[in-house]
Amino acid sequence: MPVLWIILTMIALGVVGFLVGRKRAMSSVDGDPRHLHSLPNYYGVNVAMMTMVPSLLLLLLWMLVQPMVIERQISGMISDSAVEQGANLSLVMTDVRRVANGLDEVVAQGVMTRPEAREINAEATNVRELLGSVGVALGSDVRPEVLQAAQRYRGLKGKLSVMMAVAVIGLGLVGFAYATYRTTKDFRARNIVEAGMKALLILASTIAILTTLGIVFSMLFETRNFFSQYSWTEFFFGFVWSPNFRGGSELGILPLLWGTLYISFIALLFAVPIGLFAAIYMSEYAGPKMRAIAKPLIEILAGIPTIVYGLFALITVGPMLRDYFAQPLGLGESSASVATAGIVMGIMLIPFVSSLSDDIINAVPQTMRDGSLGLGATKSETIRQVVIPAALPGIVGAILLAASRAIGETMIVVLGAGAAARMSLNPFEAMTTVTVKIVSQLTGDTDFASPETLVAFALGLTLFVITLGLNVFALFIVRKYREQYE
Amino acid sequence: MTDATANPTPPSAHSGSLLVQDKLTKKRNAAEARFKLYGLTAVSLGILALVLLLASILSNGLSSFQQTFVSLDVELVEAKLDKNGNRNIDDIKKVSTFGYAPLIKAAVEKAIADGGIEIEGLTAKDAAGIVSKDAPAQLRNYVIANPEKIGTTINFNLLANGRIDGYQKGRVTKESAELDSNVSPEQLMLADALKENGTLVKRFNWGFITRPDASENRPEAAGLGVAILGSLYMMMVVLVLALPIGVAASIYLEEFAPKNRWTDLIEVNISNLAAVPSIVFGILGLAIFINFAGLPQSAPIVGGLVLTLMTLPTIIIATRASLKSVPPSIRDAALGVGASKMQSVLHHVLPLAAPGILTGTIIGLAQALGETAPLLLIGMVAFVREYPSAPPEGFFDPASALPVQVYNWTQRADPAFVERASGAIIVLLIFLVFMNAVAIMLRRRFERRW
Repeated sequence: MPVLWIILTMIALGVVGFLVGRKRAMSSVDGDPRHLHSLPNYYGVNVAMMTMVPSLLLLLLWMLVQPMVIERQISGMISDSAVEQGANLSLVMTDVRRVANGLDEVVAQGVMTRPEAREINAEATNVRELLGSVGVALGSDVRPEVLQAAQRYRGLKGKLSVMMAVAVIGLGLVGFAYATYRTTKDFRARNIVEAGMKALLILASTIAILTTLGIVFSMLFETRNFFSQYSWTEFFFGFVWSPNFRGGSELGILPLLWGTLYISFIALLFAVPIGLFAAIYMSEYAGPKMRAIAKPLIEILAGIPTIVYGLFALITVGPMLRDYFAQPLGLGESSASVATAGIVMGIMLIPFVSSLSDDIINAVPQTMRDGSLGLGATKSETIRQVVIPAALPGIVGAILLAASRAIGETMIVVLGAGAAARMSLNPFEAMTTVTVKIVSQLTGDTDFASPETLVAFALGLTLFVITLGLNVFALFIVRKYREQYE
Repeated sequence: MTDATANPTPPSAHSGSLLVQDKLTKKRNAAEARFKLYGLTAVSLGILALVLLLASILSNGLSSFQQTFVSLDVELVEAKLDKNGNRNIDDIKKVSTFGYAPLIKAAVEKAIADGGIEIEGLTAKDAAGIVSKDAPAQLRNYVIANPEKIGTTINFNLLANGRIDGYQKGRVTKESAELDSNVSPEQLMLADALKENGTLVKRFNWGFITRPDASENRPEAAGLGVAILGSLYMMMVVLVLALPIGVAASIYLEEFAPKNRWTDLIEVNISNLAAVPSIVFGILGLAIFINFAGLPQSAPIVGGLVLTLMTLPTIIIATRASLKSVPPSIRDAALGVGASKMQSVLHHVLPLAAPGILTGTIIGLAQALGETAPLLLIGMVAFVREYPSAPPEGFFDPASALPVQVYNWTQRADPAFVERASGAIIVLLIFLVFMNAVAIMLRRRFERRW
């Protein structure tokens, strides 16, 4: 792995740079650090930083840009005639990459020498068999154009890799030389090092922004592809969800949204009263001992991974609801149902609602309670008529956050809600959600050109927008209606 | 107040003794008691849900740590395993697992004959069927590792078939076996007889923790080895990336950032990222790391990167809280004796905030360990039987992850996999409890109150 070696080389250079910089600074003042502007280590760090940081950044940038450059060069080579009907350019490119990687593997395993692999041609050798012998399976025989493109791909890639190593190490050496040259006793090493570190800190804090941009752009890009193949009105207003990988799918989001909202509604129906009353009891009635035991116990529920809840829905709650409610009442035969997923999700949300409301209720000043109790109200009247109204914006915010959690939850609905997209009111029937369909469209063999796969990105974007909207709305409510107490 | 004079309140209905509660007071007190009861009920319901959840997982899963083994004396016949008799390892490797199956069949027959067991209607094929289909592979590996043992008779502890194991654990009964094409009541009778003479034993199942996953019809051989390694690799990636980036970002935001639009934007962003559904991060991983950057599917490196992005907000929020809790007097003192801003932060504030940062990091890691949905999208669901190699190459090898393995097993038809899935959850929960316990211990041990 040459990239690893480049990185290791740069780290080694950096260590050498540290030692050289420190030594040079010390020798410039004849070993008396009092005459230096900064502490000796700063001179060392300065050289190490100038050696490593620009070159490693270049490496990162190069690795991001290189695939794009190669792609452009190669895709120009493939004529339109080479793209068969039914296939498209990206499929051919995948083939090219597979063949090129396969040839690399052939060389790596010693089946052929490097020049032999370069001279290969599609007429003389059966490339598919050759690659099969080293464990790279190809779907069809290799066409001459593809092989030619693959050879060019390998050539370009090899050339660019060498260039990358030279450029990165070269830049490192330049930085090394420059920083060493500047190392004298009056050089303000500490200021430079601190400015550099601050720049790195800023870089780290922008990762959050980059992640958001990455999420939005990756989904926007693929969603645009999807809408170029499938009409957006049918997506947003279609009542039927029946993907068919042979084409002619109907991909309406409404049944999925219905399932999502129905399940979330049932979940909130369970979680909100239980969570809210638990929070009220904990903060207003429970003694310190009870609080010390019950609060952590309920919060354990928040630390349990959702897959555990999913399994609980699948093996316990689902069969129980089916045997004791759905079948005797004649409402359904399936153990995966809206009610199953909703109840289990409700359990998951209890600690979420209760700990958020607990904080908010505790933030209501004691004087308000005392005033109400002093006027003769009972404790419950105080809570209902004074504490809750004062805490209401916060509680509504908490419920909205819980709703956004419920809508984005995946594993519980994958295991508990079923896969059938339907719109019905019966809670004992299996329905499906947006997240379930994202999982089912994107796992297994996927073809990133077909609308059946791309629809997952549109679903993801919809989900992202809904949950983000709920979060922003929750924050807005909390800010706008919050009562300010000293 | 004008109201009060305009509508004078009617004379109070309160005419009796003060010590006797009137109707209204009774009603209000009853409402009070009811309200308190609602609260208590809610708390108990929450705890009940926790108990039920754990009980369901434990009752289904604990048995997966026990496994039924058949102890058999298998004769490693030279004529079958090494026809040339020269112990050439390549020749021995040519004998596939099909060559080993007859040896096991013979060994079972011998065990039946030695034990004097006679069961009506039991065919030789059925008798051999009580041993797992994975057993020939077990024998073959042993022979390839120890070719000098060919020709001798050795006692092996072979895995019993999944249905026989289920019978020992009460999952399969003779009635259900009648309807089951995979097992016959005669086989169960044979299992009973073998159990009596000590050939069939149930014992702790190390294989469940160390072995790789097994195919659909061999639940008895399925284990968590690859999944645990994969999860471990991902946690390594998360730790190496998320901790420095998270700490650096928090230091900037808490100590250096000027109050302006840009830093506001970053802060809003971080709090929103913490609330983005995890599956969206999976889509991000698929689009950016796999389709765009060309990293391999199912690789721990991709999983680690996705989980890093998910964990970052948690770590940043925890780190900022613990930086904030270091009193300003520490910073002032450092600046007062001539330290630069950077020195005061790195030399004084950060070490004092370290326990809080560590606690937050461990909790973030625990969250990441249990996360499933994003990993499904980046191909971690693939069936992986090979252990990934040692890091750093191992980060790019296909692997599974603990929660994804649970999901995988729930998707299989054989009910024995439900037991496995619950067992895997127990392993996962043990890791989580351990991590959280370490976090709590750190907090108790090093937390400082200023």
